[in-house]
Amino acid sequence: MRKLEVDVAIIGGGPAGLAAALAAHDQGAAEVLIIERNHELGGILQQCIHHGFGLHRFKAELTGPEYAQRFINELKDTDIKVLLETMVLEVTKDRTIYAVNSREGMLEISAKAIVLAMGCRERTRGALRIPGKRPAGIFSAGTAQRYMNIDGYIPGRKAVILGSGDIGLIMARRLTLEGAKVEAVVEILPYAAGLARNVVQCLEDFDIPLHLESTVTEIHGDDRLEAVTIAKVDENWRPIPGTEQKIECDTLLLSVGLIPENELSSGAGVELDPVTNGPKVDDTLMTSIPGVFACGNVLHVHDLVDNVSKEAERAGAFAAQYALDKLPAPPRRIKVEAGENIRYVVPHEISLERPVEFFMRVQRPEADVYLDLGGLRRVKKPFVRPSEMLDITLSVEQLSKLEGDTLRVRIVSGKEAGVDA
Amino acid sequence: MKREAKTKKAVQVAIVGGGIIGTLTARELSRYQLDVLLLEKEAEVGWGTTKANSGIVHAGIHEDPGTLKAKYCFPGNQMFPRLCEELDVSFKQTGILVVALAEEEMDMVHMYYQRGLERGVPVRLLSREEVLAQEPNLSEDVVGSVFAPEGGAVMPFELAAAAMENAVANGAELMTESPVIGAWVEGEKKYLETPTHIIEADVVINAAGLFADEIARMFGDDYFRILPRKGEEYLFDLELAGLVNSIIFPVPASKISKGILVIHTADGNIMIGPTSDNVPAKDDLGTTYSGFERIFSETRRLVPGLDPRKVITQFAGLRAASDRGDFIIEFSPNVPGLLHLAGIESPGLTAAPAIAADVPKMLEEQGFKLTPKENFQPRREGVVRFRQLSRKEQDELIRQNPAYGRMVCRCETVTEAEIVDAIRRGARTLDGVKFRTRAGAGRCQSGFCQPVIMEILSRELGIPAEQVSKRGAGSEQVKYEAKELLGKGVS
Ligand SMILES: Cc1cc2nc3c(=O)[nH]c(=O)nc-3n(C[C@H](O)[C@H](O)[C@H](O)COP(=O)(O)OP(=O)(O)OC[C@H]3O[C@@H](n4cnc5c(N)ncnc54)[C@H](O)[C@@H]3O)c2cc1C
Repeated sequence: MRKLEVDVAIIGGGPAGLAAALAAHDQGAAEVLIIERNHELGGILQQCIHHGFGLHRFKAELTGPEYAQRFINELKDTDIKVLLETMVLEVTKDRTIYAVNSREGMLEISAKAIVLAMGCRERTRGALRIPGKRPAGIFSAGTAQRYMNIDGYIPGRKAVILGSGDIGLIMARRLTLEGAKVEAVVEILPYAAGLARNVVQCLEDFDIPLHLESTVTEIHGDDRLEAVTIAKVDENWRPIPGTEQKIECDTLLLSVGLIPENELSSGAGVELDPVTNGPKVDDTLMTSIPGVFACGNVLHVHDLVDNVSKEAERAGAFAAQYALDKLPAPPRRIKVEAGENIRYVVPHEISLERPVEFFMRVQRPEADVYLDLGGLRRVKKPFVRPSEMLDITLSVEQLSKLEGDTLRVRIVSGKEAGVDA
Repeated sequence: MKREAKTKKAVQVAIVGGGIIGTLTARELSRYQLDVLLLEKEAEVGWGTTKANSGIVHAGIHEDPGTLKAKYCFPGNQMFPRLCEELDVSFKQTGILVVALAEEEMDMVHMYYQRGLERGVPVRLLSREEVLAQEPNLSEDVVGSVFAPEGGAVMPFELAAAAMENAVANGAELMTESPVIGAWVEGEKKYLETPTHIIEADVVINAAGLFADEIARMFGDDYFRILPRKGEEYLFDLELAGLVNSIIFPVPASKISKGILVIHTADGNIMIGPTSDNVPAKDDLGTTYSGFERIFSETRRLVPGLDPRKVITQFAGLRAASDRGDFIIEFSPNVPGLLHLAGIESPGLTAAPAIAADVPKMLEEQGFKLTPKENFQPRREGVVRFRQLSRKEQDELIRQNPAYGRMVCRCETVTEAEIVDAIRRGARTLDGVKFRTRAGAGRCQSGFCQPVIMEILSRELGIPAEQVSKRGAGSEQVKYEAKELLGKGVS
């Protein structure tokens, strides 16, 4: 078994891992190692050949591979080490990593700090329990995307897409551009789950019908998918009898949500948030295990890669500080609580020692409201939607006014709020 | 193809159907100096009812006295440890509990206990405290239970595939994608027609599962019916492993089924099911809203902690129930040399080794002379399961064969070398690889690994990706190459 020792080990070489590695290196960590299971860096971005990445960070409309390449190029000027085609099997509490690849066999890597950046996976048909048969031709949207954009195959010629998440919307356009017909996008919510700009650019511009408050109630076909039945749902998401409609298709894509991939984290004993399915972290993005940090979609599912990079840079920098013994435990710990119409907030705990950037999502859409951070800061929001992550920073000065040991984040209506702080 | 143009082939014994019954029978017959041919309509064996069931090796206490089910169930159970050891198949003696949730159900618990004692099945009565000590996540309402420690769970598809592989290694022959579409008798000989072949045989063994009545009818032997009865099952994420340690039955409300159970599978997942619904069609393999609701409401009475959000997949299987309500294991009264192993509904998987072991005896009773092979090899070449090895063993394995260092299925930790090995042993499809190796059977349900498995299948079988299928011709996953549809105007 080959043994290695590093300052900061980063698990996952997608956008989060890349930004974390660069930041750790900039902070002065001597040995930074990225471990990636794929044969190239860039993660899921490599199959996202559409544009729309980097608007915030680079003020440019890049494709996924272009966005990733900017970081990969930067990496080339550093001595950051990369292990490709290497699969991490286990992470332990004392920060030992077991990984395999075909060149070196089993690797035992001891790290002073670890950054978890494994990304997420897609929710499956099983998780939705769609009734009916089990023919070929049912894909998660990301799998179909990989078949089309990496392998060069088109899954079928007539598709229905269940779920209006961003990948589903992007795939509706992609299939159409490849000459397939997208018969319908079906969404159980009364509004689209993906970004508003994707609804316009991927569905409306191509006349693809979006069926809201609807779901797929049955799958037909023995060998290959032949049709799906869709129906309207009531407020409890139950199909309404009499509203069924059978749509012929040979392909069904599922774009019904992403789940952070935390098998390694929970194996190590990292405490998870049942709402995000990601680790609980503090304002340094450190998990419940000292020296283990998390960022990107493994922490919570982001909708913009720009935010992932930003978050990962902080995780990488703090990981380096931890490795260099420059991150003392804070004297005070404040709990962050999700209040009215807030589904979750990251981080889960703060220290008042440093400015904090909060990421959060609401439970339901609302118009004309204020986002309130423990009364310390209040921001007017014309709209809040679950599909669009909210992002707000509190300065050390603002934090210094906090009383008590919890900070409650909530949405308050325009009437109640009165002022715009 | 015209009948005259088909390839002719003569064997002594032809088996129709490669389910657990057909494959284990082939293996039993491969102990003797006989030409044995198994015809299977699908691309691989084990894809009928054998792949879609609860995987329970029943203890032998549920079957009514005097039935063939009772005759074969407990002896079958007793054969499992050795059989699975010889064939290197996942099998776990988890034990079976039948639990009473109300005082009045204790009568049935005592009845099972007595029945067990009479049949020689190891059984114990457990008090409320004893059951809860053994299964802490069981409902607080539990009153008492009967425990049969020798009941367990097996991976049924794995067993069928392993039995076939071993039979072939011992000289039996397998033809897949060979549905029997016609059958007749000429003198002493029986003939079976497939799309490409005419098979002549002295003995035909009808192990065609749901279609056994149709095979019989092709011979003009029309005296039983197979009535499909559907069972839906829901499989949970490995995260829930350990919620129960054994297989948990309720006291059944009706005589037709054993109730809806909480199953600890041989791979350690928790699974719940099955329903029991008569259906008109033999291809009605769909799951339903109503099935889901009934299964959850029943099993959550037993184990309240079953969380529907942790379901990773669901499926349905069809029991091939005969109109006699029992197995049909007999030579046809109308067609000499036609042996029916039909109506093998639950506990057919458990009974299968005992039924198969009886087949040579039944042939001898009909006057066939069987000579044992001296070089019969009961053991199948062992399978490497990378995830079960120690770190050191894994390291050594990769040094011998670097393909063990290429992880294909991240959820279940399956390597490229294991997939290549499965293909060498007969996997031809994505489902075949999944059922043999677990690659794609985990929580992401092949979202990540399917394109890679497809590439490996395409490379190893020498076929283009568009011909790689989920489960045989017609179920190809990717249908076109990039740009192929452009300008074709799909409507
Ligand atoms: C939901 C459910 C749960 C169950 N749970 C259990 C359990 O826990 N324990 C237990 O002991 N039993 C259980 N059973 C019963 C068990 O699964 C069956 O008894 C067993 O699998 C039957 O095997 P078989 O070989 O007879 O049938 P099959 O597996 O159906 O095999 C028949 C084969 O014949 C082939 N075939 C059909 N027609 C033709 C043709 N014309 N030409 C060529 N080939 C043909 C088919 O493709 C198939 O491969 C369960 C059944 C169901 C449905």
